[in-house]
Amino acid sequence: MARCEGKVALVSGAASGIGAATARLLAAEGARVVLADIDADAAAAVAGEIGAAAAAVALDVRAQRSWDEAAAAAVAAFGAWNLLVNCAGILRRGTIESTSLEAWRETIDVNLTGTWRGCRAAVAHMGRHGGGNIVNLSSVSGMVGDADLAAYDASKGGVRLLTKSIALHCLEKRLAIRCNSVHPGVIWTPMVEDYIAASPDPEAERTIWRGYTPAAMAPGRAGDVARLIVFLASDESRFVNGAELVIDGGGTAE
Amino acid sequence: MSGRLRGKVALVTGAASGLGRQSALRMAEEGALVCLADIDDEGGRESERMLGPRAFYLHHDVTCERSWQAAIAATLDRFGKLQVLVNSAGIARDGDDVETCDDACWQAILDVNLTGTYLGCRQAIAAMKRAGGGSIVNLCSVLGLRGAGYAMAYCASKGAVRLLTKSIAVHCGRAGLDIRCNAICPGYMATPMGRAVEASVGSEENRRLIARHALGRMGDSDDVAHMAVYLASDESRFVTGAEMVVDGGYTAG
Repeated sequence: MARCEGKVALVSGAASGIGAATARLLAAEGARVVLADIDADAAAAVAGEIGAAAAAVALDVRAQRSWDEAAAAAVAAFGAWNLLVNCAGILRRGTIESTSLEAWRETIDVNLTGTWRGCRAAVAHMGRHGGGNIVNLSSVSGMVGDADLAAYDASKGGVRLLTKSIALHCLEKRLAIRCNSVHPGVIWTPMVEDYIAASPDPEAERTIWRGYTPAAMAPGRAGDVARLIVFLASDESRFVNGAELVIDGGGTAE
Repeated sequence: MSGRLRGKVALVTGAASGLGRQSALRMAEEGALVCLADIDDEGGRESERMLGPRAFYLHHDVTCERSWQAAIAATLDRFGKLQVLVNSAGIARDGDDVETCDDACWQAILDVNLTGTYLGCRQAIAAMKRAGGGSIVNLCSVLGLRGAGYAMAYCASKGAVRLLTKSIAVHCGRAGLDIRCNAICPGYMATPMGRAVEASVGSEENRRLIARHALGRMGDSDDVAHMAVYLASDESRFVTGAEMVVDGGYTAG
């Protein structure tokens, strides 16, 4: 039997990278999936490849109304909404000295406040409809600091604790909603490739990023993270709650 | 007074009460000159009276970039340099669970606790470079390490401050700036904010929270102030990017 039968998932940031890989794998495991992205056309293209188990919707994670519309679209398409995967995120270079207030807000608004908005919509809906499940994408950057990623680190550290607070609230109110965070190390997605391409010295930057993963490990791929998310999305993980799951090839183990 | 901070100039936010006031007081006792920054003028002036001529009060809104520029300029004007920043300004709100917290609640907590800290670090580093180095102390919380259902935006803000601190520590270390950056993670403290939490969560939940501290009691503001003095001083010269837990064992069990 498929591992995610009966699940109706909304995946943000589903047009590419970890979001797209997760949507594909959830569907392959029997879930019905709404692919949500600010790039609605790209989300629709991935949904088209998946087929009848998928739909696409435009989502700006910074706008609560956009979340409400995406949730309504999931219910309209598949009659329920019981799984949220918050994958939408941006990666911008900037140390504490070089990050302007404007750049700071851009990252915090998408990665942290956007995740909160999704959780808020999900808890409101799932709490009234028999429960559900939330998976938030944090990062190893929510655990260890990087000089060049001041705002990104802060946003992912915020998601890490936001996740625990939500898990505990849902337990206390007996809402039957689990909430966990996933902490990938370097995963070779368009987000990372774009970051490297835009850096002052892309080849040197690529070497640095390769160095975050132990040499004996195969490079991290979006599918690796998607397989972990499927586990968290399925009932196999029913006792996993408020947890932080690291998937980094051992990069932060030392 | 043993002069552990003799010759140092410090700026302390949230200095009108609680952990900020007590940290400023202990730092001045150890010889530091202190700018007491807060938006609470009444409490700030009271702190100024308590500290005497080694300190002055300044009205300061941590959420405003220009207010930060003005606060640092005033400190330099008065004392000639800046080597220590203690980001103690912080807020918690009732109704901060995932079902109740609205946009205003979320944004207010993030603006003060997180963006206020970011702005302070950024502005202070520029001044500390001119002073030849410095030490930044960010007030985090055990709720930046563990979750609480009734404090969602607060947890998010403190989890973010925890990692912001590490990013800054790595940057300053690599850039050879001789600026350290550390976080203090207090448990539940007998401060105005701690008493507000007590009133908000109710006496039964409060007993449960206190029981989670291995020492079986809340901390007081001196417990954190002593840590702030240590981190501000040169005794801690090899400590950076650290999260110093002062929680009576809250996170140990």
